[in-house]
Amino acid sequence: MAEMTYREALNAAMCQEMDRDDSVFLMGEEVAEYDGAYKVSRGMLTRYGARRVVDSPISELGFAGLCVGAAMTGLRPICEFMTFNFSILALDQVINSAAKMLYMTNGQIPVPIVFRGPTGAALQLSAQHSQACETWYVHAPGVKLVTPATPADAKGLLAAAIRDDDPVAVMEGELLYNVRGEVPDDEYVIPLGVADLKRSGDDVSIVTHGKMVHVALQAANTLARDGIEADVLDLRSIRPLDVDAILESVARTNRVVYLEEGWPFAGVGAQIVSLIQEEAFDDLDAPVARVTQADVPMPYAKNLEQLAKPGVKGVVEACRKVMYLPA
Amino acid sequence: MAQATKEKEAVATSTAIAAADDEAEAAAAGLEGFSSDELQALLAEMLLYRRFEEKAEEAYAIGKIGGFCHLHIGQEGLAAGAIKPLREDDLVVTAYREHTQAIAKGITPRAAMAELYGRTDGCSGGRGGSMHLFDTAVGFLGGHGIVGGQIPLGAGVAWAIRYRGGDQICMCFMGDAAVNQGAFLEALNMSAIWRLPVIYVVENNGYGMGTAFSRVSATEMEARSGAYGIPAHTVNGQDVLETYRFFEDLAGRVRSGAGPQFVNAVTYRFRGHSMSDPVSGTYRSKEEVDSHVQEQDPIKILRDRMMDAGLLTQAELEAMDADARAASEDAADFADASPLPDPSTLYDHVYAEINPHGRLFLDGRGQAPTGGGPPHG
Repeated sequence: MAEMTYREALNAAMCQEMDRDDSVFLMGEEVAEYDGAYKVSRGMLTRYGARRVVDSPISELGFAGLCVGAAMTGLRPICEFMTFNFSILALDQVINSAAKMLYMTNGQIPVPIVFRGPTGAALQLSAQHSQACETWYVHAPGVKLVTPATPADAKGLLAAAIRDDDPVAVMEGELLYNVRGEVPDDEYVIPLGVADLKRSGDDVSIVTHGKMVHVALQAANTLARDGIEADVLDLRSIRPLDVDAILESVARTNRVVYLEEGWPFAGVGAQIVSLIQEEAFDDLDAPVARVTQADVPMPYAKNLEQLAKPGVKGVVEACRKVMYLPA
Repeated sequence: MAQATKEKEAVATSTAIAAADDEAEAAAAGLEGFSSDELQALLAEMLLYRRFEEKAEEAYAIGKIGGFCHLHIGQEGLAAGAIKPLREDDLVVTAYREHTQAIAKGITPRAAMAELYGRTDGCSGGRGGSMHLFDTAVGFLGGHGIVGGQIPLGAGVAWAIRYRGGDQICMCFMGDAAVNQGAFLEALNMSAIWRLPVIYVVENNGYGMGTAFSRVSATEMEARSGAYGIPAHTVNGQDVLETYRFFEDLAGRVRSGAGPQFVNAVTYRFRGHSMSDPVSGTYRSKEEVDSHVQEQDPIKILRDRMMDAGLLTQAELEAMDADARAASEDAADFADASPLPDPSTLYDHVYAEINPHGRLFLDGRGQAPTGGGPPHG
C-alpha cells in the first residue's frame, strides 16, 4: 500500500493498463503536453509518447466520436472530458453510437471505451460548469457507470472500466483530486457492480455515490454524537447496480436516505427509491428520503450555491426525518 | 455532370450514324482500361442493386418492410464505382441510404434483404433494419442513422488503422446535407492534423431530404474541406467508369500516405428521400426528376456505351437483368422464410460483458441475461 492522491491513483490505473495492453490509449483536451487540465495524466506523454497520449482539439463531439470509431475496431480508448459538462456536446456519440452499437450490430461490434473526467459542482463555477451528469449516461442501456469516491476506488474502478468490453463512464470529482488515501501498489482491479459499505450502523442507511460519500460520512459522524449510527453505503457503480447490498442495508436499518449531487427529477435517487419500494417495501419503516441538488441551475453567488448544493445539514435532517425524530 | 452529358451526346450520335467512326471511337475511348469482363461485372452489379431495391420497394408497399427505408436508386454508380476498387480489408462507414453500398462491400443480397425484413438471418440479426446494416467480416461498419454521426466514427476507424500501422483505408460516405453538421467539421479537422487514411465521399444528390443544398449552404461543396487543407475532388457519380478509375487511383494514393481526401460525388436520387415521401413535389419538379432519369441513369449510361462499343448484346443484357431479378427475388424469398428474432433474445447484446456482480437491468429482470457479445479479441 502507498498513500497517494485520488489524482495519482487515476494516473496509476491508466499506467497499469497501458503497460499491459497496447490497445489502450488516452485522448482528450490538454492530456498530453499540458499534463492534463487537472494533472491526472501527468508524465504520461513522456512515458508513452504521442502515439498513445494524444491532445485533441476542443471538439468534444468529434473526438468522442473518433474514440468510439477506434473502439469499434477493437482499440480501447480512454476518452477524457475536461469535465462531463462538456460531454453534453458529445452525447450523440455516447448514446447513439457507443451505447447502441453492440445491439444494432447484433453483437458484432463491441465498443470497449472509457469516458472519464470530473462530474458535479466544484466551487462557484456556476450553472454550466456545475452539474452532475450521471443520469444522462445511465439512462441509456448499453452504458456502464462508476463513481469512485476514494483513491483506492479510483485506481481499482478505472482499471476495471478500461478492461471492460463495454462503454464505461468513470465520473470523478474535481474536489476529490487532492484527497489522499491508501492505494494497493500491485495490479489492482475492483469488479464493477460491487458497492462498498464505507461505514456501518444499524439505525439508518445513507446510500450514495461519488463525492457525496464524504458528505455522508460527515453527516454520519454528526448523527453519532446523538447516538444515531448510520450505514454509509457507497454504490461505487451505478450500472451495474449492487442491488443486494442496498437491500441488505435496508433490511437491517429499515430507514433510507439517498444522497446525490444531481437534480432530483428523474435522478439516480429516483431510480433507487423505485427499486426499494418494489423489492423491500415491507422492510421500510418510513418513506425513503432524498437529498439532492436543489432543482435549479447552479447559481454563482456563494450563499445561493450553498443553498443549492446537498450538504451535511440536509443529510442529518433527512436521517432524523426518516427516524421520526425532531429536526 | 457535364462530362456525362457530353458522353451521352457522343453515344446518341454514334447510334444514329453507325458508320461514323470518329464518334464510335470516342465512345469506345470511355471504356479504356476495362476488360470486357470487368465492364460486364460492373453493369451486372448495378443491375443487381437496382433490382434489389425495386424488390425492397415492393416489399415495403405490402408491409414486409417497416420503418424508414431510403432507396439509393439512381445513385448506384457510386456504390459500385467507389467501393469496388477497395481492398477486401478496407473499411466502409456510411449513413442510412446504404443497401447498395453494403452489397457492394460484400454483404449478400439475402443477408441485406433479411435485415430489411427484420429477420434473424439479417446481417444485423434483425436488430438494425434498413438503416443499420453491418458485417464486420466484409469490413462494412454501418449503417448509421444520425446525419453526420458516422463521420467522426469514420475518422476513428482510420485513426485505429494508423495506430496499428496498417495499410488499409477507411471510406466514409455521407449525404450532402451532412457537411453542415458540426461533426463533419470536427472530424475533418482531426483527420487533417493526424493525416488519417480516410476518404470522405459526399453523395451529393442535391437535396437533404426536401431541402436543396444551395438553399441552406453558404459555400459550394468543393469549398468545404479547404479550410482544413484537405484536397477536394469532384467526380461524376453517374459515370461508373469515371468513378471507378477515380477511386482506384485515390485509394492507392491514400494507402501510400496522401492523407485524408474529400470527394464531391455528384449524383441524383430517382426516388423520394424515403418511402414515405413522393418522388417529386414541392421541392423538385417532375420535369427535373424525369430529365435525370432519362439522361443520368448510371445503368443506362454504361449499357449504351458498352452496346455502342460492341461489348454487350441485347441478349446478354437481358440475361444479366434476369440474373439480377432472380437474385433479388431469391433474397426476398429467403428473407420471408427467415424466422423473426427469438423473443428470448430481446436483452441479448445490450452489453458485451455481463458483469458477475450487480444488475445491469432494473426493469423487472432479476437476472442478468446470458448471451452477451463475444469477448473482445
